[in-house]
Amino acid sequence: MSKSYKDDLPITAKKFMEEFRRYQNGSVSRRHFLGVTGLGTAMAVLGGAVPGALSSRKAHAAGDLGDRLVFSTWPNYFDPANIEKFTKDTGVAIQINTFGSNEEMLAKLQAGATGWDVFVPTNYTFETYVGEDLIQPLDLSRLPNHDPNSQEAIFAGPATVNGKIYGVLKNWGHTGISYNTDKLSKAPTSWKDFFDITMGEGSGHTIVHDYQLTTIGAALCAHGFSFNSNDPAELAQAEKTLIDAKPHLFAISSDIQPSMRSGDAWMTIAWNGDALQLNKDMPEIAYTLGTDGGEIWSDFYAIPKEAPHLNAAYAFIDFMLDPQVQVGEFNVHGYAIGDARVDALLPSDVSENPILFPAKELMSGLEFGAASTLTNPDRAELLARFKSA
Amino acid sequence: MATEASKGRWLTAGLLAPSSIWFLIMLVMPLVVVAIFSFGERAPAGGYTASFTFEQYANLPARLKAFQNTLTLAPLGTVLTLLVAYPLAYYLAVKAPSRWKLALLVLVIVPFWTSLLIRTYAWIFILGGRGIPTLLEFIGIEGVRLINTPTAVVIGIVYIYLPLMVFPIFVSLEKLDKRLLEASNDLGGSPFRTFLQITLPLSIPGMATGCMLVFILLMGEFLIPAILGGGKVFFIGNALVDLFLQSRNWPFGAAVATTLVIIMLVIVSIYMRLMMRVSAHREDVSIM
Repeated sequence: MSKSYKDDLPITAKKFMEEFRRYQNGSVSRRHFLGVTGLGTAMAVLGGAVPGALSSRKAHAAGDLGDRLVFSTWPNYFDPANIEKFTKDTGVAIQINTFGSNEEMLAKLQAGATGWDVFVPTNYTFETYVGEDLIQPLDLSRLPNHDPNSQEAIFAGPATVNGKIYGVLKNWGHTGISYNTDKLSKAPTSWKDFFDITMGEGSGHTIVHDYQLTTIGAALCAHGFSFNSNDPAELAQAEKTLIDAKPHLFAISSDIQPSMRSGDAWMTIAWNGDALQLNKDMPEIAYTLGTDGGEIWSDFYAIPKEAPHLNAAYAFIDFMLDPQVQVGEFNVHGYAIGDARVDALLPSDVSENPILFPAKELMSGLEFGAASTLTNPDRAELLARFKSA
Repeated sequence: MATEASKGRWLTAGLLAPSSIWFLIMLVMPLVVVAIFSFGERAPAGGYTASFTFEQYANLPARLKAFQNTLTLAPLGTVLTLLVAYPLAYYLAVKAPSRWKLALLVLVIVPFWTSLLIRTYAWIFILGGRGIPTLLEFIGIEGVRLINTPTAVVIGIVYIYLPLMVFPIFVSLEKLDKRLLEASNDLGGSPFRTFLQITLPLSIPGMATGCMLVFILLMGEFLIPAILGGGKVFFIGNALVDLFLQSRNWPFGAAVATTLVIIMLVIVSIYMRLMMRVSAHREDVSIM
């Protein structure tokens, strides 16, 4: 009798955990996961079954944490090993939901009863969340790993609304210009250069984002206006620049990497995460911020108003703020942490990389995207005219 | 006792009920919601607030260009798909050896087993600078630009929609009475004349069905222009995606969607009437 009961299982234990990690990462859909693992049952069953399966419950210093936590974040934006370690240390199983946009998260929270304990909002959403009473102020005394002195105030600022702190900094980044040094004779240094090169040497090889905030923002900066301008006269000038540039564009798309890699595109608006990945594989693709301004953004850990597992939420955020844990996070997603204690732990080729940490004087011109910029219908109509021109 | 008749009525009602309820919930109600939204206003942070205004419809000219693009490229794409699909369907139905027929038909379906997104994405590399343009350079044709042009969008459309056109035409050619072809031959008709006067008219129902399937789906297309047009070719579908997902202007999006539905209803009903007249005419001829 060589036949084991394992031969009849739809999936091996090891394969199951691999699939489970892929699912948690947001790399595969829930349907795929349930299909592949042969579970075919609702998430609820899984959520109930996993705490016991993954760990034996341990007592925790911070009081009763319960046995589960719901964490909503962006795809591929956390280290699965850290999640596993937290569960092992505390007995709290984490259910992870991933979302494609802040608008999607906001819609879910507005609909109510999400059951979320921790989520990851971006700078410009805090005003809306506070206004709609969907988020709670943080009791920083429950986050001993949080050290405001090791953070640049500029990154952490947007989470403070009416003097109350609603989020602690998770990551930050910026939007600049990626360009292929093999193809262009002159390196762009500003958004004005970006549009001049687009309509000159680089004609037919430039990409702008399919996103009003960054694309209209770039054209505004090229004229010396604020990235966030909602002024009709200034927007009209930006529109003229964009429409003049349109016949010279390679694409209007936020999916910049394939065309930059194939050499079809030579220059693009780029979030620094994309820029870093491109530069890592193809050193000839350099990145610069515009001397005439641009966008800076930051993401935060925050707790929804109705979080059902508050103790676990604080314990989880505090765990994630531990510098060693943060290094693990950085190694997975590659976005700067914005904490001096973490930066000190990074190898020097990383901590001195200008794509992650640009020169201070370039940073000073950057602006956070404002809620009013994102929701401005005039800017949305401008982008539609540009795309259909 | 009239129970036999009433029993029959109840049975009919009972059998129709599930599909009627399904139809009501899945088709009628969403359309009603869209129509109601189209008279509303956009909430300050995006979304919908109840109101009764024609403002959204008055604003429709702001998407005129998208309507124009769609109403140009959808018919063009349909005609080109028909021209490519007809010879293929003809070969499959008439010329292909019968033992290969099933295998060849399966080959036409195989692409459906992979995600539409992935198949469209693959064309980025075929049409991109290192794809067909590089091959053309070998034979001395330089400077050809395919990706992110309207041509690329049309190529993508023909590729993606081909099976939808092939099958209805295949079915109508398959049913074709071979004796008619023999008769034409016996009466001295050349193969070309036989095709023009017999095969082609008898395959009109298949072509009509295929064209309608492709045209209706094309009017709502957004993926191919976004991926192969590089976002520079703007269809109604793209305008809708932006309005609902980016700028969250639901009422205006609903007004654009409602207008699209009305345009489609007009086009499709004219088309149906035309096709019915054509087939009625054909029956007159065959009776004579």
